[in-house]
Amino acid sequence: MSAPVLSIQGMSHYFGGLKAVSDFNFEVPEGVIYGLIGPNGSGKTTTFNLITGIYTPTQGKILFQGEDIVGQKPFRIVHKGIARTFQNLRIFGNLTAVDNIRVARHFTTKSGVFSSFLRLPSFLKEQEEVRDEAMELIKLMNLEHRAMDMAKNLPYGELRRLEIARALATRPKLILLDEPAAGMNPKETEDLMKLVLRVRDEFKVTVFLIEHHMKFVTGICERVKVIDFGETIAEGKPEDVVKDTKVLEAYLGRKAVVC
Amino acid sequence: MGSVFSLQQIVNGLQLGAIYALIALGYTMVYGIVRLINFAHGDFFMVGAFAAYGAFYLFNFFLPPGGCMAFLVLIMAMAGAGAIAMIANKFAYRPLRYKPRLSSLVTAIGVSMLLEYLFSATPFIGPSPRGFPELLKKRMFLIGGAEISNYVMIDLLVAAVLMIGLTLLIQRTPMGKAMRAVSQDKDAAKLMGIDVEKVISFTFLIGGSFAGAAGLLAGLTYPRIQPYMGILPGLKAFIAAVLGGIGNVPGAVLGAFIMGIAETCATAYNSLLGEGIAFVILIVVLLLRPNGILGEKTADKI
Amino acid sequence: MDKFKLPRLAIAGAIFYAVVQLLILTGVLNGYFVVIINRSMIFVILAATLNLINGITGQFSLGHMGFAAVGAYVSGTITTLVFKLSPHVFGDNLIFVGAILLGACAAGVVGFLIGFPSLRLKGDYLAIVTLGFGEIIRTILNNIAYVGGPRCLLGIPKFSNFTVIFLFTFFTIVLLRNLVQSSHGRAMLSIRENELASELAGVDTTKYKVLGFVVGAFFAGIAGGLLAHLLQIAHPTQYGFYASSILLIMVYAGGMGSLTGSILAAFSLTFLTEGLRVGIDWLRDSVGIPIGTEWTMVIYALLLIFVMLFKTEGFMGMRESKILIIEEKHV
Repeated sequence: MSAPVLSIQGMSHYFGGLKAVSDFNFEVPEGVIYGLIGPNGSGKTTTFNLITGIYTPTQGKILFQGEDIVGQKPFRIVHKGIARTFQNLRIFGNLTAVDNIRVARHFTTKSGVFSSFLRLPSFLKEQEEVRDEAMELIKLMNLEHRAMDMAKNLPYGELRRLEIARALATRPKLILLDEPAAGMNPKETEDLMKLVLRVRDEFKVTVFLIEHHMKFVTGICERVKVIDFGETIAEGKPEDVVKDTKVLEAYLGRKAVVC
Repeated sequence: MGSVFSLQQIVNGLQLGAIYALIALGYTMVYGIVRLINFAHGDFFMVGAFAAYGAFYLFNFFLPPGGCMAFLVLIMAMAGAGAIAMIANKFAYRPLRYKPRLSSLVTAIGVSMLLEYLFSATPFIGPSPRGFPELLKKRMFLIGGAEISNYVMIDLLVAAVLMIGLTLLIQRTPMGKAMRAVSQDKDAAKLMGIDVEKVISFTFLIGGSFAGAAGLLAGLTYPRIQPYMGILPGLKAFIAAVLGGIGNVPGAVLGAFIMGIAETCATAYNSLLGEGIAFVILIVVLLLRPNGILGEKTADKI
Repeated sequence: MDKFKLPRLAIAGAIFYAVVQLLILTGVLNGYFVVIINRSMIFVILAATLNLINGITGQFSLGHMGFAAVGAYVSGTITTLVFKLSPHVFGDNLIFVGAILLGACAAGVVGFLIGFPSLRLKGDYLAIVTLGFGEIIRTILNNIAYVGGPRCLLGIPKFSNFTVIFLFTFFTIVLLRNLVQSSHGRAMLSIRENELASELAGVDTTKYKVLGFVVGAFFAGIAGGLLAHLLQIAHPTQYGFYASSILLIMVYAGGMGSLTGSILAAFSLTFLTEGLRVGIDWLRDSVGIPIGTEWTMVIYALLLIFVMLFKTEGFMGMRESKILIIEEKHV
């Protein structure tokens, strides 16, 4: 059994006096598709924000591949190998689809600003590599017909794929998907499930996702963690967790379970 | 040269602060309600001064200078500036209400320029500074080693009356409640049946008229007026509002008096420092306590 | 197997230069028009650099002329000193270019300092702070007696002519275009589009925000230096908030994010200003209507308001003319 890709130890986070996340301890094993579920406001997106460095946890350690990344700036964490998508799509609307992905490859280039001014051969070569890599991802995500279109003109489903493509462009070891199936119909959701599995298998990434869509979660997640009010209330295999009383209470309310 | 923190300086500072307070209130109210830094606000101040000037010469035909006339002139100054504020809102800001904030900001710069250059270019208003007429006889008193004129009392009195009036308006009247509602959540207020645009228009009226009152007081106290007189005081009053907490009404007053005293004392120490102190305050506030003294923390949802 | 790509920008530039130069030499364009063209080109640099900060990177700088002022004063002081001390130094033009570049470096440093507030502040607040910085620079310059204080820095030797200004302008446009259409430029654009997403895509947003200010300030400093050596004086009021506002109008009317737009707007508005001034003078002197040149500014203020109300994206929006786009291999 390989080392966990992500190890959260004693992580808590408070917004002023409000407890958002309380004493999280869990590990995400390598290569797994790990789900995080819970009612609205339970702290799921906050957890993602903490892992990606947008917030610094009030307490605790976040070990990514053994290294504590607490306190690092978000872009550095991306360089180390964690990528994410957003609940409310955050696309670069006035850039083309290709350019959206190219931006995410930028940090791998070594040419400085001076070589860009002068368009030196080494710079041009790197730019071409970035272009080729971006186009590859476009093809993989079936967005080839949209490559040169302004991102803001793309339909919703394609934008979700574009965001995933952009996240993958950073060559992550761990990819965080924040409600990737939001707003999708059953067919689109099924396609997305297949896509996520493909992504995990072909890109060799560990997938950590937040979802409300139960079929999605039970369909592809190998492990699931349920939280409510910032606290863990269950963890384990999806089929076990869904039957857990505490989980049902959290979602349906006490009365519904007791009766 | 008196010492930097003497009673004289404090008094002068309070006087200046009263004028800044009236301007800052307008800034903070407008920001609170539409999240716009109205760059043109300082020019409403200027419009008030000129309106007062014009009103004086108009009324002078049938009224002698004195308390009665001064009151009427004040009304005219407030009405004139308030009207311009409402017009600016209706034609320049309202169409951009739901567009990116930067557009409104740039438009406000345009309105500011328009007012300044329009007043400057119009022949009988003209670019040259004008002496403000002696609306009320100036009398000096010597209190505790400081020379205090009756203008100081008037400035403070007018400011106080207007501020009390505003507080009563906001706390006790239905319109005031509507204003508070809109500043907290525009959409929810709309759903509650509040005519949001009317409330916003009214806010501009009040804010503008306060700036106009400040314009009259400034004309009286520092009796030279010119079309560009609103730029620096407007900027400083804005900084004062930020210092107190932008969007916060008592904060604006607090910040304004601090600004007035700081500026007066700094100028007494060194004129270059006096010019720059406002910006120093701004930078310090934005770096150390961006929400201002009385401001609340706002968190962005990510 | 690339087919030969026409250097469109170089050709366009060469044609422009040749045509104007020809018109000058044959006397069709007299000195008066040349001055306007020169000023237009200087404003091209200023508008394009402001566009880099506001339009490309999505920051908001209201004190842009402050950078130009630094460039003007530093380069002007250098040349005034050098040529006062030894009037006919061999390599005049070299000293001039050196002075301009030093002025630009000084401006770049100031840009670096002003870049820092941009890291913590957004939109409205950033606008006020940059405005404040611009005013602080102006106040400082106004108070340094050595460079003339409120009475101008005088006697700057006249080095700027059509050729010199053209060369600097052309190279500025080329370099800016190269930057914007590289991955560095795309990083800056992504900050404008969605800063959080940009950071989460691995972009060092701090570095690029500051970079925008530094590069913008550097080239604005060049423009300031050129202007000082054209007018032969430098005065703090030339670089105040109003000059910055005119730049703002140019950038918005031309199109935020479009270098082409900035070029077009700079030329159009400079010529328009002259036209209005002539028209107003004529109206006043020949027809007797008592109006002053402030009416030009009234018209500009109205122009700005109209652009913001009816065509916020400006003439070009975010598009570039084909001439400025670097061709790339298609799929």
